[in-house]
Amino acid sequence: MPLDLCRIDDRLIHGQVVVGWGQPMGLGFIVLVDDEVAGSDWERELYRMGVPPDMDVIFETVDGAAARIEEFAADTRRGILLTGDCESMKRLSSLAPSLTKVNLGGIHHRAGRIQKLRYVFLAPDEERTLKELAARGVTVTAQDVPSARPVPLPDVLAGKGD
Amino acid sequence: MSNDKVEIRALIVAHGDLAAGLLSAVERISGRGSVLEAVSNQGMSPEDMETLLRDRIERGGLRAVFTDLPGGSWTIAARRAMRGRDDVTIVTGVNLAALLEFVMRDDLQPTIAAAGSVVRARSAITVFGGGSAHAS
Repeated sequence: MPLDLCRIDDRLIHGQVVVGWGQPMGLGFIVLVDDEVAGSDWERELYRMGVPPDMDVIFETVDGAAARIEEFAADTRRGILLTGDCESMKRLSSLAPSLTKVNLGGIHHRAGRIQKLRYVFLAPDEERTLKELAARGVTVTAQDVPSARPVPLPDVLAGKGD
Repeated sequence: MSNDKVEIRALIVAHGDLAAGLLSAVERISGRGSVLEAVSNQGMSPEDMETLLRDRIERGGLRAVFTDLPGGSWTIAARRAMRGRDDVTIVTGVNLAALLEFVMRDDLQPTIAAAGSVVRARSAITVFGGGSAHAS
């Protein structure tokens, strides 16, 4: 089974992921793809803390995740893959073409970003990155929680979705 | 309520409107809500949350933080903000009982009062009725 969700979320592992998505789908594992987190014991412990003991957390760099993507897809448990930014997801997608759907779960306010949805703020370079993902055939939608309507990328970029 | 400036002894940081709701309840019950401040994470980036907490700790003298989910974004931001310090207390899983215990113990330093409130918070969670056999 492919990964159930490949999500860009600047908060990485947090309540929406573990509870909002994780509980209804019976989540078995989370792949947290972040070069900095993967290289730090302290960061890994920080994110592992919020995950129930029966849920596995796998920390990987972008390159490491790409090398293991088929292994994740073959896992019989349900899984979510997370990156904290658009560029990491684009890099991963270019290395792992089997990744065909991307969920924008939360990219929050920062200087230089423009609000698109309640939970999506994008800088011009991030918009370009997402358009490049879509141009490669990746389906990009925004959806913070399972009960929300998925918003297609063109509507996200146009600020039409909330 | 008096207009005298009251020292903020702790922040409640939580998802949605939870912090404001808890603060409202503390004020109604104890009249001591003014020693707490409520902040939501709505629209805030992880960096915003960490910066806010770091600023309050380093420049505002904040020494106690109550968060909701142990693995939530506020808890992660708070742990980053207090990294390397042992003079700040974070309590996760905040509930009304914890906050009431905290505000009533103004004879204690905020770090001690916050840590002590955990006992009351845990004991406040009980189950009655038909499902109680499944609570352990």
